Amino acid sequence: MIRFRIIKRKPLPGWAKIVIPIAAILVTLVLSAIPILLAGGHLWKSYYYLFHGALGTRYNLLETFVKASPLLLTGLAVAFAFRAKFWNIGAEGQLLAGALAATVLGVHLGSIPPVLVLPTIIIAGFLAGGLWASIPALLKTKLKVDDVVSTLLLNYVMIHIMGALLFGPLQQPGSSWPRSSAIIESACYPILMTRSRFHMGIIISFVAMLIIWFINKKTTFGYQAKAVGTNVRAAHFGGINTTAVILWTALVSGGLAGLAGVGELCALQYRLIMDISPGYGYSGIVIAMLGNLHPVGVLFSSLFFSVIIVGAQTMSRMTGVPTYIAEVIQGMALMVMLIFLLFTEFKIKVQRK
Amino acid sequence: MTADFLDLAFISGLTGATMRMATPIIFAALGEILTERAGVLNLGIEGIMLMGAMTGFLFTFNTGSIWFGVFAAACVGMLLGFLMALLSVNLGLSQHVSGLGITLFATGLAMFIYRLHFGSPTVPPVVQPFKQVALPVLSKIPVIGPGLFTQYTLTYIAWLLVPALSILLYKTTIGLKIRTVGENPVVADTVGVNVTLTRTLCLVAGGALMGIGGAFLTLAHQNMFLIDVIGGRGWVAIAMVIFGNWNPLKATIGALIFGFLDGLQLRLQSVGVVLSFHLFLMIPYLLTIIALIGVSRKAAVPAGLLKPYRREEKGG
Repeated sequence: MIRFRIIKRKPLPGWAKIVIPIAAILVTLVLSAIPILLAGGHLWKSYYYLFHGALGTRYNLLETFVKASPLLLTGLAVAFAFRAKFWNIGAEGQLLAGALAATVLGVHLGSIPPVLVLPTIIIAGFLAGGLWASIPALLKTKLKVDDVVSTLLLNYVMIHIMGALLFGPLQQPGSSWPRSSAIIESACYPILMTRSRFHMGIIISFVAMLIIWFINKKTTFGYQAKAVGTNVRAAHFGGINTTAVILWTALVSGGLAGLAGVGELCALQYRLIMDISPGYGYSGIVIAMLGNLHPVGVLFSSLFFSVIIVGAQTMSRMTGVPTYIAEVIQGMALMVMLIFLLFTEFKIKVQRK
Repeated sequence: MTADFLDLAFISGLTGATMRMATPIIFAALGEILTERAGVLNLGIEGIMLMGAMTGFLFTFNTGSIWFGVFAAACVGMLLGFLMALLSVNLGLSQHVSGLGITLFATGLAMFIYRLHFGSPTVPPVVQPFKQVALPVLSKIPVIGPGLFTQYTLTYIAWLLVPALSILLYKTTIGLKIRTVGENPVVADTVGVNVTLTRTLCLVAGGALMGIGGAFLTLAHQNMFLIDVIGGRGWVAIAMVIFGNWNPLKATIGALIFGFLDGLQLRLQSVGVVLSFHLFLMIPYLLTIIALIGVSRKAAVPAGLLKPYRREEKGG
């Protein structure tokens, strides 16, 4: 009888860290053939339109960056939290909190000098997301409430707070739809390239990526967060204030997600609507895992995801495969990546008895 | 004004709605208790429920048989439960991450398949849903009878499952084995219980319950499939498991409180109370969090929860 055993293997060389995510993406793309064929799409045509739709023209390519910006921010948010084992599944709610703060300020800040409007909004959006994330962090550290469940439930609380406000005080006067008034012009992110939607938020997300990389790599806090994530008890006995580390982690993590909300509002929608986020917060989880919780990994996986999401639109239009294929591919990518990561630490041994 | 809606019809309607809205949570929470008692946190619950809701609807729409729809939903739940077992038990991946992966994957898949089959119609397709069954005698009890005992068959099944799962867990050898696997897999293995198999079977059976819980929403509560049909009820079920201290009966009480609030919100809307319905929709989630604060410090988490078990690492 043949038995399979999973046993630990020697650490893989450094290049494996780069090769494995790429291999996972390739395997995912191959597996994507199953839903494409099920949907009756022509295989090569579908792949062609997937990539052509995302990268084929100048506008589409820039649009891929537009889509990548919120994904990069939520991906960083989740990765930063997961690294300290703060299970922040609430990036979606934190994103909405950021968008909400930006809306309130963006509509009403007409009286202050225009140059100060955007900085104020960006800081407020960051804080709104961060403070919303610090609630579950406080509940976790002070009251031992499971962070997975509390962050998830708070997403729904935030959606309904937003709904109540959009049907109430924030509703555009005279409108019967749940939408806010438009923000003032000085609250809009500048568009950086003509004939496109390539906006300042994309730069912000790239800078955020570099800052997170720096924090992780070069600061004491980055080291402490890693220690807390590896073994919270050992970190505690090693003299690290674990409560403070988790709280700061939550603040930064939620803040990053809040910035994603600010970007969606101030660069694309210009007014708050109920479906301001098509689940960027949840995609951020997959992106963070696919990027192996590393900022640069998160950058590449968010670009990959935006290629899939933007490309799926064209593919759907040209071949009739539903756009939800993007979500299916995201889910598959996560599972493939997980299995691949497993085999960086373990190998399967075949035993004959 | 107050007297207008606090009459008998309102109370009876509210008791009925409480039971109805609690049903999917009860199914899902029982499924989750089974898996967590065996030591696996299944965060795939939300996605499994959505797949159950979609599959139940799809099969009922195509075959005309609601029970076939429920059966199909259970089967899909079992498949996804098995997938969860492959990832988190056999491969020993992080339970958090595999569960979330399953939720994301299943959510995408449910919407994909629905869109594939039905396209994007302007009016969502509907099925002939379950009819409520009035239990003889019991439904004639004044005030609460009509509400409590005029329910969907699935609700009655949920009621029966609560004592059934309690007996299974606390009074049988199988239950003892499951709890040992969840508390201390090393001991379980030493006394000859197959940890991997037990966990896998619990995830499969739990998945079936989650799938049925989802199907209740498209086949009884509503008669159509909408993308946000689950609306976080899976997460609420997980919260109820913690609230109920991993005990089927106590978790059911939590589910009933959630059902009551959900039902109250629907009732108040239908009698035209002017208050933002979003604030009402928020209350159940908010109270769930508050309830968690109340119980979390003394929660009796199964000791083996979240810990993958590999024989080679025994004792190490």
